[in-house]
Amino acid sequence: MINVQNLTKRYGSHLAVDNISFQVNEGEILGFLGPNGAGKSTTMNILTGYLSSSEGNVSINGHDILEEPNEAKSNIGYLPEQPPLYLDMTVREYLDFVFDLKQCNFNRQKHIGEICRLMQIEHVYNRLIKNLSKGYRQRVGFAQALIGNPPVLVLDEPTVGLDPNQIIEMRALIKNLGKHHTVILSSHILQEIEAVCDRIIIINDGKIVADDTASALSEKYSSDRRLMARIAGDEKRVTDILTHIAGVAEVICYGEKEDGVYEYVLEPQDGADFRRALFTALSKEGYPLLGLRSMEMSLEEIFISLTREQLPQTTIRKGGKRK
Amino acid sequence: MSAIFKREFKTYFTSPIGYIVLAMIFGLSGYYFFMYNLADGYADLSYVFSSVLTFLMLLVLPVLTMRLMSDDKRQKTDQALLTAPVSLTGIVLGKFFAAFLLFAVGISIMLVFAVIIATQITPDWLVVAGNFIGLLLLGGMIIAIGLLISCLTESQFVAALGTFLASFALLMLDSVGSMLSSSTVVVAITDFLSISQRYSNFTSGLMQYDDIVFFVSTTALFLFLTVRVLDRKRWN
Repeated sequence: MINVQNLTKRYGSHLAVDNISFQVNEGEILGFLGPNGAGKSTTMNILTGYLSSSEGNVSINGHDILEEPNEAKSNIGYLPEQPPLYLDMTVREYLDFVFDLKQCNFNRQKHIGEICRLMQIEHVYNRLIKNLSKGYRQRVGFAQALIGNPPVLVLDEPTVGLDPNQIIEMRALIKNLGKHHTVILSSHILQEIEAVCDRIIIINDGKIVADDTASALSEKYSSDRRLMARIAGDEKRVTDILTHIAGVAEVICYGEKEDGVYEYVLEPQDGADFRRALFTALSKEGYPLLGLRSMEMSLEEIFISLTREQLPQTTIRKGGKRK
Repeated sequence: MSAIFKREFKTYFTSPIGYIVLAMIFGLSGYYFFMYNLADGYADLSYVFSSVLTFLMLLVLPVLTMRLMSDDKRQKTDQALLTAPVSLTGIVLGKFFAAFLLFAVGISIMLVFAVIIATQITPDWLVVAGNFIGLLLLGGMIIAIGLLISCLTESQFVAALGTFLASFALLMLDSVGSMLSSSTVVVAITDFLSISQRYSNFTSGLMQYDDIVFFVSTTALFLFLTVRVLDRKRWN
């Protein structure tokens, strides 16, 4: 459906998108994930024909965006980061305008009515866009993308500005749209991508650093069998015992969680399984092991570990989960 | 193209701009028409046409064109236009004709004046037609220049000022030429480019092919440049 080949975008000497390639199949919901300035919006702007690439090809439904721009563009509905709204128009006038602009040839009233119902903007239909709240503007922008029923939807941070209930509704809506549309969705909210998307592309510094399903990603990056253990007893002494267990590469203490009970994260050496050795060592010294669980990497942690160089230290330490 | 044309034309009347522009044209030309033609009893409309309206055009057209492109960029609505299945030429022409139509509506007041005169005495219709067509062609060219300048900036004020200065300079071109009359090359160039000379041919009822071709082709040239500037912005 969407085919991106060796896409590169330079702004002067700055490389915004660096030779990325990917395909999106029909009916797929692809999540585009990356920190601010990673090149998400630039890529989306190129996909939709707003910007031209410096190198590489983009084809939408078999139409090259540069060679057959009108055919390619009529296959795409685009919601940019900032919805492209004419503030001096009413919602009705605006959607009518978009309907004409996209040269749609079905029943205007019915089509726009359906979209307004779907986006729940019927009751602001006759109001000036300038007087709408950010959430409503976002929805009018989304409605604009849906006009003409394009098979491909490109949504740049569609839930920005919505309240939590609306965000949940919006995600359900996108998921639902994904049954009949090919959707590319960008976000820096990881739960959103995890909840909505079939496939995730993590982009950092203009490059694709990961491209897989959410579950495959967390499997791939959590194979290191890190363990979280709760052990009662003196912190220094226990740490000493733990570091001497064969197969343990690193021990980090997360502090006192209960009275006299400390939590430790154990990093294995080359994926070694040291659970038995751990039990034996602790029982020999008389320190009770109160809890032990493996630490699956969440999408958030995968994201952080893949894009770490770009993030300030404080973000990495969020929640005290990472060393 | 028609969607953009319709929207832009309507926007002139959802904002005060359309009303202000029409009021300025109707009011000022009406005042001079009354003073010069009705009160003093001249049947010749040339003065109202060529002096008043040319001056008005310099003030009014930059206002008509200033937000056509710059506002789309500032509000990011150009993302909707450029990602819709419309060609760049369609976008530019839609906007051009919206401004052109409003301008044409404004100056058609002169035809009303001509009809008023015709109730008393037969005016020189050829001169009236020449003035009207000349004004339309000149206005079209300035609108195209305004569109190009509006495309180069996000600020409406800069767009308006730039258009005013550019069109003013163009109209002054042959007085610069006559100042430098010692150089025949300069005079030849300014004579060829001279807009006021070509325009004054129209005001005396002379409609010559080369003048028409000059105005139409310069208008087309500026529209083409606008399209190129829009396209170039997508590349960097």
